[in-house]
Amino acid sequence: MAERNNMKEQILRTSGVNPLKCMRCGKCSATCPAYDEMEYHPHQFVYMVETGDIEPLLNSESFYKCLTCFACVDRCPRSVEPAKLVEAARLMVIREQGKNRLKPDDIPAQLDEDMPQQLLVSALRKYSK
Amino acid sequence: MKVSYFPGCTLKNKAKDLDTYARRCAEVLGITMEEIENWQCCGGVFSTAKDEIASKLSSVRALAYAAEKEQILVSVCSACHNVLKQTNHAMQNDADFALRVNNYCAPDMAYHGETQVMHYLELLRDVVGFDKIREKVVNPLTGKKIGAYYGCLLLRPGKTMQMDDVENPRIMEDFIRAIGAEPVVYAMRNECCGGYVTLEDKNLAAKTSAAVLDNAAAGGAELLVTACPLCRYNLVKNGGRDLPVVYFTELLAEALGVLDATQGVKEENNG
Repeated sequence: MAERNNMKEQILRTSGVNPLKCMRCGKCSATCPAYDEMEYHPHQFVYMVETGDIEPLLNSESFYKCLTCFACVDRCPRSVEPAKLVEAARLMVIREQGKNRLKPDDIPAQLDEDMPQQLLVSALRKYSK
Repeated sequence: MKVSYFPGCTLKNKAKDLDTYARRCAEVLGITMEEIENWQCCGGVFSTAKDEIASKLSSVRALAYAAEKEQILVSVCSACHNVLKQTNHAMQNDADFALRVNNYCAPDMAYHGETQVMHYLELLRDVVGFDKIREKVVNPLTGKKIGAYYGCLLLRPGKTMQMDDVENPRIMEDFIRAIGAEPVVYAMRNECCGGYVTLEDKNLAAKTSAAVLDNAAAGGAELLVTACPLCRYNLVKNGGRDLPVVYFTELLAEALGVLDATQGVKEENNG
């Protein structure tokens, strides 16, 4: 239980989000362009953090599908800003030693000649520490 | 007038047209873009994590450089602009973040959010003025139906970016009118292209990009303009449709008569 509360506190502190503001309208998930690809959707992130059910979020790949497009942030009528919870959960995983999702050595195999540098630096920021 | 200019990694490489024409057009419009010395990559995306400090230092250094010169900090790439503006906002409004940054950077540097950050489009609208641009146009793109593609980084989060109405923007449409063309307003113009997730999930990017292109084409757009190299990449590469997507600076250069002879949508069209 202590561990569970600790993880919740860490996510709240890192994100600065107050999930209690959520009124469960689901607009965040309705507007999310990555919705179909996620096991846990933005509104579920909010509820699961609120109830301290963090572990399934950390074991799922859902946060790697978030595009950081801020649609859920701007369209939330209660300014809960779900994307910040997604970011905090992702960081909780990749900040751990050996948990990088993307390694620089993986990149050459994925390159094509038109790929902008912006794509690579952004992906490294999101998938690696 | 002189402004500090943060080009960013992609404008020095895959998106040279975004950089070259931005500088060239600025000169025509009476603005000199002075590239920041020894600028470092912005990182492409701003982390919303409050305890993420080190990855934002390159942006703070750029902001402090402009503050010292008492210049506006201008960028053309949507991503650089987003990161610089969000970092500046954090320096102004998050006292804990600002303290940590300044403790780390002392004694060489102290910064408290003094710099005004502008996207090149804001520079055109708020400093130059679209009316003035209209006067300088020598080669109006008359009859061309152009869709503005904002994507997400230019506008969101709205309360920080404060560029335009996040759901009903008009800055790019006004730009399109200023160069003599006709804007096509379509619903998906501020929805995401798929961003960096394209690196590991092409299907997701194909879906999001196709939704944008299909919607723009249904509205009658012959051409899309963007300020973001990653948007352009995703739309062209993954959008599954032959709708040209160009940087807005190329069209500005064409309208102002400073485009290189080998390029140009108007010539292509007439040919």
